[in-house]
Amino acid sequence: MRDTDWDGVRLHVVTGKGGTGKTTAAAALALALAAGGRKVLLVEVEGRQGIAQVFDVPPLPYGERKIAVAPGGGDVYALAVDPEEAMLEYLEMFYGLRRMGKVLTRMGVVDFATTIAPGLRDVLVTGKTSEAVRRRADGRRVYDAVVLDAPPTGRIARFLNVTQEIAGLARVGPIKTHADLVRRVVASPETAVHFVALLEEMPVQETLDGVAELRAAGLPIGGIFINMVRPALEELGQVDVSELVLGLKAAGVPDAPGLAESLAQEVSEHAHRVELEKRERETLATAGIPMYDLPLLADGADLTGIYELAEAMREQGAA
Amino acid sequence: MPRKAPVLDVDAVLDDEGTRIIVCCGSGGVGKTTTAAALGVRAAERGRSVVVLTVDPARRLAQAMGLSELDNTPRKVAGAEGELFAMMLDMKRTFDEIIEAHADPERARQILTNPFYQSLSSSFSGTQEYMAMEKLGQLRRSGDWDLIIVDTPPSRSALDFLDAPERLGRFLDGRLIRLLSAPAKAGGRSAFKLLNAGFGLVAGALTKVLGAQVLKDIQTFVSALDAVFGGFRQRADQTYRLLQAPGTAFIVVAAPERDAMREASYFVERLAEERMPLAGLVVNRVHRSPAAALSATRSGAAAEDLETRGEHQLTAAVLRLHAGRMQLAAREKREQEHFASAHPAVPIVQVPAMPEDVHDLTGLREIGARLAGV
Ligand SMILES: Nc1ncnc2c1ncn2[C@@H]1O[C@H](COP(=O)(O)OP(=O)(O)OP(=O)(O)O)[C@@H](O)[C@H]1O
Ligand SMILES: Nc1ncnc2c1ncn2[C@@H]1O[C@H](COP(=O)(O)OP(=O)(O)OP(=O)(O)O)[C@@H](O)[C@H]1O
Ligand SMILES: [Mg+2]
Ligand SMILES: [Mg+2]
Repeated sequence: MRDTDWDGVRLHVVTGKGGTGKTTAAAALALALAAGGRKVLLVEVEGRQGIAQVFDVPPLPYGERKIAVAPGGGDVYALAVDPEEAMLEYLEMFYGLRRMGKVLTRMGVVDFATTIAPGLRDVLVTGKTSEAVRRRADGRRVYDAVVLDAPPTGRIARFLNVTQEIAGLARVGPIKTHADLVRRVVASPETAVHFVALLEEMPVQETLDGVAELRAAGLPIGGIFINMVRPALEELGQVDVSELVLGLKAAGVPDAPGLAESLAQEVSEHAHRVELEKRERETLATAGIPMYDLPLLADGADLTGIYELAEAMREQGAA
Repeated sequence: MPRKAPVLDVDAVLDDEGTRIIVCCGSGGVGKTTTAAALGVRAAERGRSVVVLTVDPARRLAQAMGLSELDNTPRKVAGAEGELFAMMLDMKRTFDEIIEAHADPERARQILTNPFYQSLSSSFSGTQEYMAMEKLGQLRRSGDWDLIIVDTPPSRSALDFLDAPERLGRFLDGRLIRLLSAPAKAGGRSAFKLLNAGFGLVAGALTKVLGAQVLKDIQTFVSALDAVFGGFRQRADQTYRLLQAPGTAFIVVAAPERDAMREASYFVERLAEERMPLAGLVVNRVHRSPAAALSATRSGAAAEDLETRGEHQLTAAVLRLHAGRMQLAAREKREQEHFASAHPAVPIVQVPAMPEDVHDLTGLREIGARLAGV
């Protein structure tokens, strides 16, 4: 058994500001958790087929299928939850209403209901996810862990706080009961909500706001994945222009004096940037939760890159 | 900059008295809000009477523009030269105001307190876009400013701004809405009877799943709304037409990265289809090097040379840093060239990546100057 920061967590929810790398980080986390022979389900809920893109496979149908093998022989399964399908499943499971469900779908009722009540959509989606977390076969959990590529920070508390969201709409009744069940899973210590951030002002601020909001809602907070971290160039500090001129000359670079001036300026801009990132990192640290660095991948987040990020996560004890 | 691309002359757009509305759009996080604010500051300094409508500005920027109060009305920006007003969109408030303006007090109360309205007005995925347009329409009708600069909501795709209002309009105008509101009307006609028969079945199932109260809430909401918006869609169409008017100028913002440039491409094509006037493309956060004469390859080779000889470690590190910077610049240039060859007639201007986030008037002035190419 590995010793990681999140032993005992079965549902990993990954959120963050739009475009910071939620889907990428969620995929890497699933791989990292599966490493060494475990079985992990990676779930997406926004109907964008982001997982299929990351793993470079055809669009996922509504069904769990194996999409990757982790280092050391674990399996990553993927599921793209479709609220409409989840609704049909729900109607069938609880009411034996599959046919009626189809009628409702055809009439646009499902679409309508999930549109005017986004909370309803969320319950269906998180409901499906928590079902996968709890699912057992032969007395064992089917999945060792479930990773959810969740909506962005601005919507996460609402998304997870299903009971609250539904409360205004349905004070009693079957939906309410269902929401309560989901809430128990989401709010349990077996769940952790992780944030993906960049070392920039807005993503950092959003992360802190998100952490505060989840805390207030009593939801379990995980760690912060700092994404697209540039390789720590040794702090070059103040460079001495005359020293640069000598170096450039030694390397046979023409126009050494002119270039040295410009390069020194470039270095000072860089130093400034490094300084800013350091400040953002300190700000992030005030959240008081574990932080993990995910390197900036030179060739973008392709399949090889995801494995690299998964490795980085394991090295730092995130999985 | 790709040689053939014409240069976007921002000052000409701002100075043209005929320009009444500037819309800044683009995919998420590229700098729409910053660009809108910077254009506002610059336009006001150049003598226009300007209002900037921002959506979700970064906190420090909002503070710098005096936007700490969320009261959905424009405020004069302290410290800015000329006539500069700014406001932050409050989408729920804007929606509420539409209801209040169009319904008698009793009906308005019914709608505003309905849980489904509250849910729709604060989280329907097109509400923010629609309300931005609605607010734009209001500002335009007020006639208080001669230039309105609109920022667009954060969203993955720039196209959402054009699509979402239509989606909301279609939704509120939809068949199902009619179906649900039908029983509330005196349904004497046969078409309604037929609908009602189907409705009974559906209602039965929905009641079972949602509970009777929920269904009743939905119906109340829908019929109240229906009465208010005979032509919700008509309203959306009206705002849409405003965007096609000759006094409107779209400025598309993109980062010099593949996804953002591709989005910009889609958007430019869409504007052409819709006959909406495009002023040009702002490529924001472009990386440049003050030592551009030294190429990435040469810089890398020189670094390697020094490293193998074990001399001048510091210079080697600086050369590596520079090589990386030049590679990035080359990648960004390629992305822009792709765009320019697909859209050779679209004027482009580049704004460099500033060393620091843009969060005060000085920063905005600086961006404004770069936008104007000075
Ligand atoms: N560590 C990284 N290095 C380089 N590129 C990255 C890295 N992480 C993510 N990316 C790239 O950044 C872009 C955004 O990543 P991703 O789609 O995972 O973000 P997201 O938060 O899921 O976005 P959205 O909010 O649209 O769902 C993608 O093009 C991805 O390939
Ligand atoms: N040229 C620039 N140089 C440096 N930083 C910039 C530049 N342009 C924008 N920024 C910074 O980038 C961040 C995002 O900018 P901004 O909020 O304008 O983007 P946006 O497109 O409005 O984002 P959203 O889609 O979330 O609304 C801000 O912190 C801003 O200060
Ligand atoms: Mg994603
Ligand atoms: Mg913005």
